[in-house]
Amino acid sequence: MSDYKKIDKKKKEWENGKLKKFLERAPERKEEFKNSTGEVERLYTPEEEIEEKYIGQIGFPGKYPFTRGVYPTMYRGRLWTMRQYAGFGTAEESNKRYKYLLENGQTGLSVAFDLPTQIGYDSDSEMSIGEVGKVGVAIDTLKDMEILFDGIPLDKVSTSMTINAPAAVLLAMYIAVGEKQGVSKDKLRGTIQNDVLKEYIARGTYIYPPEPSMRLITDIFEYCSEEVPKWNTISISGYHIREAGSNAVQEVAFTIADGIEYVKKAIETGLDIDKFARRLSFFFNAHNDLLEEVAKFRAARRIWAKVIKEKFDAKNEKSMRMRFHTQTGGSTLTAQQPDNNIVRVAIQTLAAVMGGTQSLHTNSRDEALSLPTEDSVRVALRTQQIVAHESGVTKTIDPLAGSFYVEKLTDEIEEQVWEYINKIEELGGMTRAIEKGYVQKEIQDSAYRYQKEIENNDRIVVGVNKFQIDEKPPKDLLKVNPKLREIQIDRIDKVKEERDNEEVSNKLKKLKNAAETDENLMPYILDAVKEYATLGEISDTLRDVFGEYQESIVL
Amino acid sequence: MSEKKIRILIGKPGLDGHDRGAKYIARALKDEGYEVIYTGLRQTPQSIANTAIQEDVDFVGLSLLSGAHNSLFPKVLDLLKKNDAEDIIVFGGGVIPEDDIPFLKEKGVQAIFTPGTPIKEVVEFIESKRDKIGK
Amino acid sequence: MENNKKSFYIKKIKNGSHRDIARAISQIENNIQENEDLIDEIYKHTGNALVIGVTGSPGSGKSTLVDKIIDQELNKDKKVAVLAIDPSSPFSGGALLGDRIRMQKHSSNPDVFIRSMASRGHLGGIAVATSDAVKILDAAGYDTIIIETIGVGQTEVEIVELADIVLLVLAPGMGDDIQAMKAGIMEIGDIFVVNKKDKDGADKVKMEIDYVLNIKYHDNPEDKNPIKKVSALNNEGIKSLVGTIYDYMKKLKKENKWEIKRKERIEKELNKIFSKKLQKLLDLHINFSENIHKWVDKIYQKEETPYSLINKKINNFIKESEVL
Repeated sequence: MSDYKKIDKKKKEWENGKLKKFLERAPERKEEFKNSTGEVERLYTPEEEIEEKYIGQIGFPGKYPFTRGVYPTMYRGRLWTMRQYAGFGTAEESNKRYKYLLENGQTGLSVAFDLPTQIGYDSDSEMSIGEVGKVGVAIDTLKDMEILFDGIPLDKVSTSMTINAPAAVLLAMYIAVGEKQGVSKDKLRGTIQNDVLKEYIARGTYIYPPEPSMRLITDIFEYCSEEVPKWNTISISGYHIREAGSNAVQEVAFTIADGIEYVKKAIETGLDIDKFARRLSFFFNAHNDLLEEVAKFRAARRIWAKVIKEKFDAKNEKSMRMRFHTQTGGSTLTAQQPDNNIVRVAIQTLAAVMGGTQSLHTNSRDEALSLPTEDSVRVALRTQQIVAHESGVTKTIDPLAGSFYVEKLTDEIEEQVWEYINKIEELGGMTRAIEKGYVQKEIQDSAYRYQKEIENNDRIVVGVNKFQIDEKPPKDLLKVNPKLREIQIDRIDKVKEERDNEEVSNKLKKLKNAAETDENLMPYILDAVKEYATLGEISDTLRDVFGEYQESIVL
Repeated sequence: MSEKKIRILIGKPGLDGHDRGAKYIARALKDEGYEVIYTGLRQTPQSIANTAIQEDVDFVGLSLLSGAHNSLFPKVLDLLKKNDAEDIIVFGGGVIPEDDIPFLKEKGVQAIFTPGTPIKEVVEFIESKRDKIGK
Repeated sequence: MENNKKSFYIKKIKNGSHRDIARAISQIENNIQENEDLIDEIYKHTGNALVIGVTGSPGSGKSTLVDKIIDQELNKDKKVAVLAIDPSSPFSGGALLGDRIRMQKHSSNPDVFIRSMASRGHLGGIAVATSDAVKILDAAGYDTIIIETIGVGQTEVEIVELADIVLLVLAPGMGDDIQAMKAGIMEIGDIFVVNKKDKDGADKVKMEIDYVLNIKYHDNPEDKNPIKKVSALNNEGIKSLVGTIYDYMKKLKKENKWEIKRKERIEKELNKIFSKKLQKLLDLHINFSENIHKWVDKIYQKEETPYSLINKKINNFIKESEVL
């Protein structure tokens, strides 16, 4: 009899003997224990011949299908980048926070922009009232960008910018700042999120309709593959999909489906998969269920590798490698007893690290209350540093591999993700599926179920529906200067006075004309940005040509 | 079935794109038997107030997570007042620091439901106002 | 009394703010004596609006289409009102009304009035509530009133019948088989709109409608209903569609069908009011709702039979009230 059949036999003996007797005296706490894929078994044991499975599906780090990690040495070679998402108020205030974080050991920058900036409105627009500088830094012109990176050498840091619809504009500004510092484009390292599909699904900061948005995205792919080769041109995101209420399987499935759509579009415009695919990166959530999350990351890598190899026929292994950034799940943190959040984030950090992330943002304990104070964000950063230097999990690669549960779960997640991917293909691809509201409905149904579980106490959230205390409201939260909008308006006025307004008009006109053809828009945007055209002016020029996206609601 | 239906508008003022909470509340309130109208994203205070008036709602629930509540919530209340609709009861939810609640209440917001509030509490609040709205 | 009545119409409807009109619509759903007087009072000011019904399966793009039709009407300086009707939950009785989301850009325009209505919770039924809301909006001076509804089931069909012209909206890929279409709706549609015309299958949908209509109007092809292809999302074909609506209206008026339709509607309404009032009257005198359970038991036990029981009760009533 083969090994695993022997184990199976013994397992049944245990179940009918010792376990049965024990259960009669002491039943389990619940009828069923569940996670995203369904029921969680009491005990996992080896179920099949391991050799073939290992070589084919689990494999070795740095090699297809990358289940165990994208690099052969992983954290033994280099730790993940500690990259705290930050930004608020004016460029000066954010610049100060960036320097603070770099001093405290952060290894990469991550820029948070305010909502008007993310949606292509200047601070002086009516739509910006009440919103300027609240959830990120306000950037209206190149001037603000120069201040934002003042004293920060762009050839020494890599910068991730969470910007989607106007990504081309912010990237152009970054390039322009680099030039002023004497750093040539080909040396710049960083990422722009630039993932419009998830905006339509889960995040809401879209501007233009899907087609022209895809055009902007592929323009960036093309431009960067020639001019800014070290730049990650997209961060295909599942984080927000999870935050919107999806489960772990859906998070991976919809992210990869988005990825498939982007790759298809890029190929349609004539790009070579083995040239641009290696610069695609991903962005996932690190949620509460530690073991499920690790399995999720492993499954995601394996599936993407298969997609790029089998569906798109790439030849270079580097194209099949899924590199990703992770952020700990904001929506899991509570307003009640905020110090508990530090513990949650620590667990989520372990999940991301044992899952093999390339870079990580950890949330601060004030997540449900406000933007983080210096103290709070320092603790969040220390969490990463403690895991990196004190926990020991970085000493070996993919430490949970071989756990019967984790391997089984990796397989289950993969299987269910493929079902979703195939369903979406049947619907005609991700853009179609979003139009039809299929994706949004799946997410909303999951979100509703999750919330109902909490309301019914089927799912415990410590401090919220169990172990509550009477608490005083927290003190010393970060407050953003309410006069910010006025400050920015003055700034914009000054820039408009000092710049060559005729040249600005000129460049905007050229941009408009180019937008009406299928020319690559990056050079035109770069030109406009250098003349200190505002973000709003550039975005509006494109609004004139592309129109605006109308929200497609599924209730 | 003679009990008059309570009508509630759930609105997302400003640029904030986080609608998970608003959608959950809307659906949960429907399950409780109320008639709920949802505005969708990116509503100006003007459009929320006008919608509330045209729909003759009894309550307006404002959801906001972007920090712009101190500016946008009072604007909605102001516009309701200007249009003779002060009797519409306004409540709010989202990421709203405790410190800001007194200010908002002073401006006329009658309740703020912070993160983690069970739907039961929202329903209790609504039911407690049934007499006031004559339903 | 006279003065009060006059002032209701003048103050609250003709010169009414959105607030006044909205409250009037809420109020009039109660169907009590006072409201009957009010409806009578505003009645002579109704009949001017063009009432357009827009119906079709969920997902066919009705709301987006209505949004674009509003654009067109506003261009002609018309005032537009929309009644968006959606089903209530059969379990909770509540409703989640989201049709207006696709029309929200109009919410700040004083010339546009949008109202969402759920199918339950109206004392006289949703069809009556909608009919009364239409009257109020008509009397308030809205030139075009659009009723948007899914159009399934008897009640929904009644709502659609309130319109002068009905647009039936279809879209490709919805799994609608024209042959399998609810017969009632196919009969009621005046203009057939194939939405999402840029998608695969749109031509096929048009062909299927053509096929059915060609058979129906084989002997009188000049009466065949117009079929329009549009893309509401891309704002294509809408101007032409609205043009067709107005042409259709002219045609109906020329052939006198307009007057016939409206008279039919009045007849239906009278019938409804009549039977409701009679029922109420009789109920009052023979205690129908109180006794019904007793009577059901008797009939179940075969102690009575349906017709003889009812006839007895009615005859008693007639004798007692000395009507004869």
